[in-house]
Amino acid sequence: MQPTSYGLDATFAALADPTRRAILARLASGDASVLELAEPFDMSQPAISKHLKVLERAGLISSGVEAQRRPRRLEPKPLAEATEWLERYREFWERSFQSLDALLDEMKRKPKSRKRR
Amino acid sequence: MENRGLLQVTTPSDREIALTRVFDAPRDLVFEAYTKPELLKRWLGVPHDGWSLEVCEVDLRVGGKCRFVSRGPDGNEMAMSGVYCEVVPGERIVTTELFDNPWYEGGAVKTVTFEEQAGKTTLTLSVLYDSKEIRDGVLKSGMDEGMAFAFDMLAELFASMPQELR
Repeated sequence: MQPTSYGLDATFAALADPTRRAILARLASGDASVLELAEPFDMSQPAISKHLKVLERAGLISSGVEAQRRPRRLEPKPLAEATEWLERYREFWERSFQSLDALLDEMKRKPKSRKRR
Repeated sequence: MENRGLLQVTTPSDREIALTRVFDAPRDLVFEAYTKPELLKRWLGVPHDGWSLEVCEVDLRVGGKCRFVSRGPDGNEMAMSGVYCEVVPGERIVTTELFDNPWYEGGAVKTVTFEEQAGKTTLTLSVLYDSKEIRDGVLKSGMDEGMAFAFDMLAELFASMPQELR
Protein backbone atom coordinates (compact mmCIF):
# COMPACT_ATOMS: atom_id res chain seq x y z
CA MET A 1 0.00 0.00 0.00
CA GLN A 2 1.42 3.36 -1.02
CA PRO A 3 -0.38 6.19 0.73
CA THR A 4 1.14 8.79 -1.58
CA SER A 5 -0.58 7.37 -4.66
CA TYR A 6 -4.03 8.10 -3.29
CA GLY A 7 -3.83 11.87 -3.15
CA LEU A 8 -6.65 14.28 -2.54
CA ASP A 9 -9.39 11.97 -3.83
CA ALA A 10 -8.63 9.53 -1.05
CA THR A 11 -8.54 12.38 1.44
CA PHE A 12 -12.02 13.49 0.48
CA ALA A 13 -13.41 9.96 0.29
CA ALA A 14 -12.07 9.32 3.77
CA LEU A 15 -13.50 12.58 5.07
CA ALA A 16 -16.95 11.92 3.60
CA ASP A 17 -17.88 9.70 6.53
CA PRO A 18 -19.04 11.39 9.77
CA THR A 19 -17.52 8.73 12.04
CA ARG A 20 -14.14 9.19 10.39
CA ARG A 21 -14.39 12.96 10.75
CA ALA A 22 -15.21 12.49 14.43
CA ILE A 23 -12.18 10.22 14.81
CA LEU A 24 -9.98 12.92 13.26
CA ALA A 25 -11.48 15.55 15.53
CA ARG A 26 -10.68 13.32 18.50
CA LEU A 27 -7.10 12.79 17.29
CA ALA A 28 -6.69 16.54 16.83
CA SER A 29 -6.65 16.76 20.62
CA GLY A 30 -4.06 14.00 21.03
CA ASP A 31 -2.97 10.50 20.02
CA ALA A 32 -5.29 7.64 20.98
CA SER A 33 -5.37 3.83 20.83
CA VAL A 34 -8.04 1.84 18.98
CA LEU A 35 -9.65 1.03 22.30
CA GLU A 36 -9.82 4.69 23.28
CA LEU A 37 -11.22 5.62 19.89
CA ALA A 38 -13.86 2.86 19.93
CA GLU A 39 -15.23 3.92 23.29
CA PRO A 40 -17.20 7.09 22.45
CA PHE A 41 -18.65 5.69 19.21
CA ASP A 42 -20.47 2.63 20.54
CA MET A 43 -18.86 0.56 17.82
CA SER A 44 -16.95 -2.68 17.88
CA GLN A 45 -13.18 -2.55 17.69
CA PRO A 46 -13.16 -4.26 14.27
CA ALA A 47 -15.59 -1.60 12.93
CA ILE A 48 -13.37 1.18 14.24
CA SER A 49 -10.29 -0.57 12.87
CA LYS A 50 -11.91 -0.55 9.44
CA HIS A 51 -12.39 3.21 9.59
CA LEU A 52 -8.85 3.65 10.85
CA LYS A 53 -7.56 1.65 7.90
CA VAL A 54 -9.32 3.99 5.47
CA LEU A 55 -7.91 7.02 7.26
CA GLU A 56 -4.45 5.51 7.30
CA ARG A 57 -4.53 4.65 3.59
CA ALA A 58 -5.53 8.25 2.87
CA GLY A 59 -2.49 9.35 4.83
CA LEU A 60 -4.65 11.21 7.33
CA ILE A 61 -3.39 9.24 10.31
CA SER A 62 -0.44 7.06 11.22
CA SER A 63 0.11 4.34 13.81
CA GLY A 64 2.62 4.57 16.60
CA VAL A 65 5.19 1.86 17.23
CA GLU A 66 4.30 1.01 20.83
CA ALA A 67 3.65 -2.74 20.50
CA GLN A 68 0.44 -3.05 22.51
CA ARG A 69 -1.25 0.29 22.17
CA ARG A 70 -0.18 1.43 18.69
CA PRO A 71 -1.61 4.92 19.24
CA ARG A 72 -3.06 6.61 16.15
CA ARG A 73 -1.82 10.05 15.30
CA LEU A 74 -3.28 12.77 13.08
CA GLU A 75 -1.23 13.59 9.98
CA PRO A 76 -1.91 17.23 9.17
CA LYS A 77 -0.55 17.51 5.61
CA PRO A 78 -3.41 15.97 3.57
CA LEU A 79 -5.88 18.10 5.46
CA ALA A 80 -3.85 21.19 4.67
CA GLU A 81 -3.84 20.28 0.97
CA ALA A 82 -7.59 19.75 0.97
CA THR A 83 -8.18 23.19 2.39
CA GLU A 84 -6.03 24.81 -0.29
CA TRP A 85 -8.88 25.80 -2.60
CA LEU A 86 -10.81 27.22 0.30
CA GLU A 87 -7.75 29.19 1.29
CA ARG A 88 -7.28 30.68 -2.17
CA TYR A 89 -10.92 31.75 -2.34
CA ARG A 90 -10.64 33.13 1.14
CA GLU A 91 -7.45 34.97 0.30
CA PHE A 92 -9.01 36.87 -2.62
CA TRP A 93 -11.80 38.14 -0.40
CA GLU A 94 -9.55 38.61 2.60
CA ARG A 95 -7.33 41.00 0.63
CA SER A 96 -10.32 42.79 -0.84
CA PHE A 97 -11.93 43.19 2.54
CA GLN A 98 -8.72 44.49 4.08
CA SER A 99 -8.70 47.20 1.43
CA LEU A 100 -12.34 47.85 2.26
CA ASP A 101 -11.41 48.26 5.95
CA ALA A 102 -8.98 51.01 5.00
CA LEU A 103 -11.51 52.67 2.71
CA LEU A 104 -14.21 52.61 5.38
CA ASP A 105 -11.82 54.26 7.86
CA GLU A 106 -11.25 57.00 5.35
CA MET A 107 -14.99 57.39 4.76
CA LYS A 108 -15.60 57.61 8.50
CA ARG A 109 -13.03 60.40 8.81
CA LYS A 110 -14.58 62.43 6.01
CA PRO A 111 -18.32 62.25 6.57
CA LYS A 112 -19.02 65.41 4.55
CA SER A 113 -17.46 64.18 1.35
CA ARG A 114 -20.20 61.65 0.82
CA LYS A 115 -23.89 62.07 0.80
CA ARG A 116 -25.79 60.03 3.31
CA ARG A 117 -28.73 58.11 2.14
CA MET B 1 -1.92 45.00 5.99
CA GLU B 2 -3.73 44.58 9.26
CA ASN B 3 -6.44 41.96 9.23
CA ARG B 4 -9.25 43.03 11.50
CA GLY B 5 -12.29 40.93 10.81
CA LEU B 6 -12.36 37.17 10.60
CA LEU B 7 -13.54 36.00 7.21
CA GLN B 8 -15.64 32.87 7.46
CA VAL B 9 -16.41 30.60 4.52
CA THR B 10 -19.30 28.23 5.03
CA THR B 11 -21.70 26.03 3.05
CA PRO B 12 -25.08 26.90 4.62
CA SER B 13 -26.97 24.55 2.29
CA ASP B 14 -25.89 21.98 -0.28
CA ARG B 15 -26.24 24.51 -3.13
CA GLU B 16 -24.52 27.48 -1.49
CA ILE B 17 -21.13 28.91 -0.63
CA ALA B 18 -21.20 31.83 1.80
CA LEU B 19 -18.71 34.38 3.10
CA THR B 20 -19.20 36.35 6.31
CA ARG B 21 -17.11 39.29 7.47
CA VAL B 22 -17.56 41.99 10.13
CA PHE B 23 -16.56 45.60 9.39
CA ASP B 24 -15.96 48.32 11.93
CA ALA B 25 -18.33 50.78 10.26
CA PRO B 26 -22.05 51.51 10.13
CA ARG B 27 -23.91 49.60 7.48
CA ASP B 28 -24.83 52.55 5.25
CA LEU B 29 -21.10 53.13 4.79
CA VAL B 30 -20.44 49.49 3.96
CA PHE B 31 -23.41 49.48 1.60
CA GLU B 32 -22.09 52.60 -0.11
CA ALA B 33 -18.62 51.11 -0.50
CA TYR B 34 -20.22 47.99 -1.93
CA THR B 35 -22.42 49.72 -4.48
CA LYS B 36 -20.59 52.83 -5.75
CA PRO B 37 -18.24 52.13 -8.67
CA GLU B 38 -15.65 54.73 -7.63
CA LEU B 39 -15.48 53.08 -4.20
CA LEU B 40 -15.66 49.46 -5.43
CA LYS B 41 -12.62 50.12 -7.61
CA ARG B 42 -10.63 50.88 -4.51
CA TRP B 43 -11.12 47.58 -2.74
CA LEU B 44 -12.60 44.77 -4.84
CA GLY B 45 -9.80 42.37 -5.75
CA VAL B 46 -7.26 45.03 -4.78
CA PRO B 47 -4.40 44.68 -4.11
CA HIS B 48 -4.10 41.48 -6.08
CA ASP B 49 -0.84 40.88 -7.95
CA GLY B 50 -1.25 43.76 -10.36
CA TRP B 51 -4.91 43.17 -11.04
CA SER B 52 -7.31 46.07 -11.17
CA LEU B 53 -11.02 46.55 -11.61
CA GLU B 54 -11.13 48.10 -15.09
CA VAL B 55 -14.86 48.02 -15.72
CA CYS B 56 -17.27 48.61 -12.89
CA GLU B 57 -20.86 49.36 -13.88
CA VAL B 58 -23.61 49.41 -11.32
CA ASP B 59 -27.22 50.21 -12.21
CA LEU B 60 -28.60 49.68 -8.74
CA ARG B 61 -32.31 49.01 -9.30
CA VAL B 62 -34.42 45.93 -9.90
CA GLY B 63 -33.85 44.89 -13.52
CA GLY B 64 -30.71 47.06 -13.69
CA LYS B 65 -27.43 45.51 -14.78
CA CYS B 66 -24.01 45.31 -13.25
CA ARG B 67 -20.75 44.44 -14.93
CA PHE B 68 -17.27 43.97 -13.49
CA VAL B 69 -14.09 43.33 -15.46
CA SER B 70 -10.82 42.72 -13.64
CA ARG B 71 -7.66 42.99 -15.70
CA GLY B 72 -4.37 41.36 -14.76
CA PRO B 73 -0.76 42.21 -15.56
CA ASP B 74 -0.56 39.80 -18.55
CA GLY B 75 -3.73 41.08 -20.16
CA ASN B 76 -5.76 38.40 -18.42
CA GLU B 77 -9.34 39.33 -17.83
CA MET B 78 -12.05 38.10 -15.55
CA ALA B 79 -15.46 39.45 -16.49
CA MET B 80 -18.75 39.05 -14.72
CA SER B 81 -22.22 40.44 -15.37
CA GLY B 82 -25.46 40.30 -13.51
CA VAL B 83 -28.96 41.69 -13.17
CA TYR B 84 -30.33 43.09 -9.94
CA CYS B 85 -33.27 41.01 -8.72
CA GLU B 86 -33.75 42.73 -5.39
CA VAL B 87 -32.38 45.95 -3.92
CA VAL B 88 -33.13 47.02 -0.35
CA PRO B 89 -30.87 50.03 0.30
CA GLY B 90 -28.56 49.48 3.23
CA GLU B 91 -29.81 45.95 3.77
CA ARG B 92 -29.84 43.49 0.94
CA ILE B 93 -28.88 43.04 -2.69
CA VAL B 94 -29.75 40.03 -4.83
CA THR B 95 -28.18 39.67 -8.28
CA THR B 96 -27.72 36.99 -10.87
CA GLU B 97 -24.08 36.13 -11.51
CA LEU B 98 -22.79 35.19 -14.94
CA PHE B 99 -19.10 34.99 -15.86
CA ASP B 100 -17.99 35.63 -19.47
CA ASN B 101 -15.87 32.49 -19.22
CA PRO B 102 -17.76 30.47 -16.66
CA TRP B 103 -16.05 27.53 -15.00
CA TYR B 104 -19.35 26.13 -13.82
CA GLU B 105 -22.63 25.27 -15.48
CA GLY B 106 -25.83 27.21 -15.27
CA GLY B 107 -26.52 30.44 -13.48
CA ALA B 108 -25.96 31.52 -9.94
CA VAL B 109 -27.73 33.94 -7.65
CA LYS B 110 -25.72 36.10 -5.28
CA THR B 111 -27.30 37.52 -2.13
CA VAL B 112 -25.46 40.12 -0.09
CA THR B 113 -26.84 41.22 3.26
CA PHE B 114 -25.69 43.99 5.60
CA GLU B 115 -26.55 43.76 9.29
CA GLU B 116 -25.51 46.39 11.80
CA GLN B 117 -24.95 45.80 15.49
CA ALA B 118 -23.32 48.27 17.88
CA GLY B 119 -21.84 50.27 15.01
CA LYS B 120 -20.32 47.24 13.31
CA THR B 121 -21.63 45.70 10.13
CA THR B 122 -21.77 42.02 9.27
CA LEU B 123 -21.60 41.45 5.53
CA THR B 124 -22.76 38.06 4.26
CA LEU B 125 -22.17 37.16 0.64
CA SER B 126 -23.88 33.96 -0.40
CA VAL B 127 -23.89 32.38 -3.86
CA LEU B 128 -26.63 29.88 -4.69
CA TYR B 129 -25.88 27.52 -7.57
CA ASP B 130 -28.36 25.60 -9.75
CA SER B 131 -27.56 22.25 -8.19
CA LYS B 132 -25.49 20.58 -5.52
CA GLU B 133 -23.31 19.06 -8.25
CA ILE B 134 -22.48 22.49 -9.66
CA ARG B 135 -21.80 23.91 -6.21
CA ASP B 136 -19.53 20.97 -5.43
CA GLY B 137 -17.85 21.55 -8.79
CA VAL B 138 -17.13 25.15 -7.82
CA LEU B 139 -15.73 23.99 -4.49
CA LYS B 140 -13.40 21.55 -6.13
CA SER B 141 -12.35 23.77 -9.04
CA GLY B 142 -8.62 24.25 -8.92
CA MET B 143 -8.19 20.79 -7.47
CA ASP B 144 -8.40 17.27 -8.83
CA GLU B 145 -11.61 15.41 -9.70
CA GLY B 146 -13.94 13.85 -7.23
CA MET B 147 -13.58 16.04 -4.19
CA ALA B 148 -17.04 17.26 -3.41
CA PHE B 149 -17.28 17.65 0.31
CA ALA B 150 -18.66 19.72 3.14
CA PHE B 151 -15.87 22.25 3.33
CA ASP B 152 -17.09 23.99 6.42
CA MET B 153 -16.68 20.76 8.33
CA LEU B 154 -13.14 20.48 7.06
CA ALA B 155 -12.33 24.09 7.83
CA GLU B 156 -13.72 23.65 11.31
CA LEU B 157 -11.63 20.56 11.85
CA PHE B 158 -8.57 22.32 10.50
CA ALA B 159 -9.14 25.27 12.79
CA SER B 160 -9.51 23.00 15.80
CA MET B 161 -6.11 21.43 15.23
CA PRO B 162 -3.28 22.53 17.49
CA GLN B 163 -1.23 25.31 15.89
CA GLU B 164 1.97 23.28 15.68
CA LEU B 165 0.28 20.62 13.55
CA ARG B 166 -0.88 22.97 10.83
